[in-house]
Amino acid sequence: MAERYELKNKEVWDGNMAAAHALRQAQVDVVAAYPITPSTPIVQNYAQFLADGYVDGEFVMVESEHSAMSACVGAAAAGGRVATATSSQGYALMVEVLYQASGMRLPIVMTVVNRALASPLNIHGDHADLYLGRDAGWIHLIANNPQEAYDMTLCAFKIAEDERVRLPVTTNQDGFLVSHTAQVVEPLQDEEAYNFIGEYKALNPMLDTKNPVTYGAQTEEEWHFEHKANQHKALMESTPVIEEIFNKFADISGRKYNIVETYKLDDADIALVVMGSAYETAMLAVDKAREEGIKVGLLMPRVFRPFPYNQVAEKLKNVKAVAALDRSAPMGAMGALYNEVSGALAANGQSAIMTNYIYGLGGRDTTVEHILEVIRETNENAKAGKRVTPLQGFINLRGPKLSFN
Amino acid sequence: MKKITNLKEFACTPDRFQGGHRLCPGCAHSMIVREVVNATDDDLVISTATGCLEVCSAIYPYTSWDVSWIHIGFENAAAAISGAEAMYKALSRKNKLYNEDRRVKFVAFGGDGGTYDIGFQSLSGAAERGHDFLYVCLDNENYANTGGQRSSATPIGAHTSTTPRGRVSYGEKQKKKDLTMIMAAHGCPYVATAIPSTKHWKDLATKAAKAISTVGPTFINALSPCTTEWKFKPEETTEIADLAVETCAFPLYEIEDGHKLTITYRPKQKIPIEEYLGRQGRFAHLFKPENKWIIEEWQKNVDEYWDYLQRREEAGV
Repeated sequence: MAERYELKNKEVWDGNMAAAHALRQAQVDVVAAYPITPSTPIVQNYAQFLADGYVDGEFVMVESEHSAMSACVGAAAAGGRVATATSSQGYALMVEVLYQASGMRLPIVMTVVNRALASPLNIHGDHADLYLGRDAGWIHLIANNPQEAYDMTLCAFKIAEDERVRLPVTTNQDGFLVSHTAQVVEPLQDEEAYNFIGEYKALNPMLDTKNPVTYGAQTEEEWHFEHKANQHKALMESTPVIEEIFNKFADISGRKYNIVETYKLDDADIALVVMGSAYETAMLAVDKAREEGIKVGLLMPRVFRPFPYNQVAEKLKNVKAVAALDRSAPMGAMGALYNEVSGALAANGQSAIMTNYIYGLGGRDTTVEHILEVIRETNENAKAGKRVTPLQGFINLRGPKLSFN
Repeated sequence: MKKITNLKEFACTPDRFQGGHRLCPGCAHSMIVREVVNATDDDLVISTATGCLEVCSAIYPYTSWDVSWIHIGFENAAAAISGAEAMYKALSRKNKLYNEDRRVKFVAFGGDGGTYDIGFQSLSGAAERGHDFLYVCLDNENYANTGGQRSSATPIGAHTSTTPRGRVSYGEKQKKKDLTMIMAAHGCPYVATAIPSTKHWKDLATKAAKAISTVGPTFINALSPCTTEWKFKPEETTEIADLAVETCAFPLYEIEDGHKLTITYRPKQKIPIEEYLGRQGRFAHLFKPENKWIIEEWQKNVDEYWDYLQRREEAGV
């Protein structure tokens, strides 16, 4: 039996420590992981918890991220609670198995510390890894600070394991900006956290050997489509369950999360859409812009997959112009958030003027001033009633201004 | 450890790998798999790498497996089984096992592609970490599932679809990788070679029983003559396997604790390698005069390796 860890009402944790404590409190049966910057401290912290008797599950230190996710799949199919952590190249190495985990409907939780993808090699935060896993069939939750990294990880287990969902879930926090930035976190006590998540409910466990089960069968043209459609249906229908779990979490923690988070959007003429730690920077920029008389608000999909397109459209129904900020190299297209938000608006017959900004790649600083600039440009579009700024701009890039139309 | 007595009794063990699968007639995989899964009375959790065995035994909505079974990908059968085994340990410790009265053993199957090549890292890692499992390589010396391409288990001179014999080529250029010794070098408590055979059925069954009952990572490299890609008649599978042993192309031995080598079958009189090569279409071109040197090279390699095994066994180190 694992020792109880005495926690203060307020702890000073960085995002990695927050995620590690959430894994510990979930009493995960098997963690299989491989270290990679900037998520390494998650597995190091977890290893220390194990060494000190606070963890009684298995900790499998595999030889690669590919094997980490493969061992997670084997362990989850065997029938118990499973989690891991990764970033960037490690995430990229896992991608094949991410699809297999979701295809087998295994409720694995992965705490992702978002980082750029090489080449060139870069260890700092951007959303290249998150976007890489976009279509992998996982639920993706976004955390903007250490408190949220902790809260989202607890919620992730409950969402993943819910019988109406049974899908793997990632929680995402920005590399270094969240993972290595110590802030005050108000944790739940161990029993409270565990009771919130609840006992693991097995579904077709391989270790129930009296009832043998086959995992990972082959389906060709006769059945593959039905399986994938069903999997997509589970994702699409998970939104109300996620909402319900966020509400339950609010009841015990006092912290209310929403499928779509907004800031000062109700009376806004224009909106910015942004995910991750930059959302908090953007809040400061919004306050300043409002002092200048620009009625701007913010929107963030807390849940990146399943993408809440109808809620996004509903929240943006009164704005005249929207700037979607993507923290990933779009490589020959508009950024993912731009595309999702544009699609959501179009699907609902809305015609706000859309622009796209690429920012913060490889950990490049994005300040309040940078975002104020975006707000002012977006306001120009709203005032003109048509797009007068570039379709896609780059924020805080060295050299001559880069934009595309 | 299950006591393996006579063939009649062994053959009457209820099948945990059911017929009706889609492996080729004469495929050795099913013979090896049946012997392995019947070599224990404990319950089994099995992982299988992508390959012939996997694609032929679990085509939705059917399955040949009357044991818990998982397939993830080509290169991760060992990682998958290590995860399942870790879960078993965790649930045992927490008193949360599903069937308290049953003991569960863990077995992984992979072809030579999934074992020698793409899955080698995963296998090496799982063996090093000391998980309690048996890994069985179904070594048919080529990527048979994708149409017979070469692997690092393909022997010199073999025609495969990526090392074809041609006007200026005699087929595969490299010697076969010695994976069995590499696994022994991991310090695995038990490593063995085996073949599907009527003559040597007990050798395989006993080795499987021993491997499954040994605590820690164990490995069996089972030669799996491939009627489709080696080009022999489906009814000749066990004959070809026996010839591999009688010519010493594939000697039967076991290694305990990473070093103690025992030859488990010693041919009374070693048969010339031509007898083995000549029965397989994949080597037919070696019998042309210009390729005679490859057969000589084969014989030299076989003789040297057999000599090495005997000296190692005698030395007892």
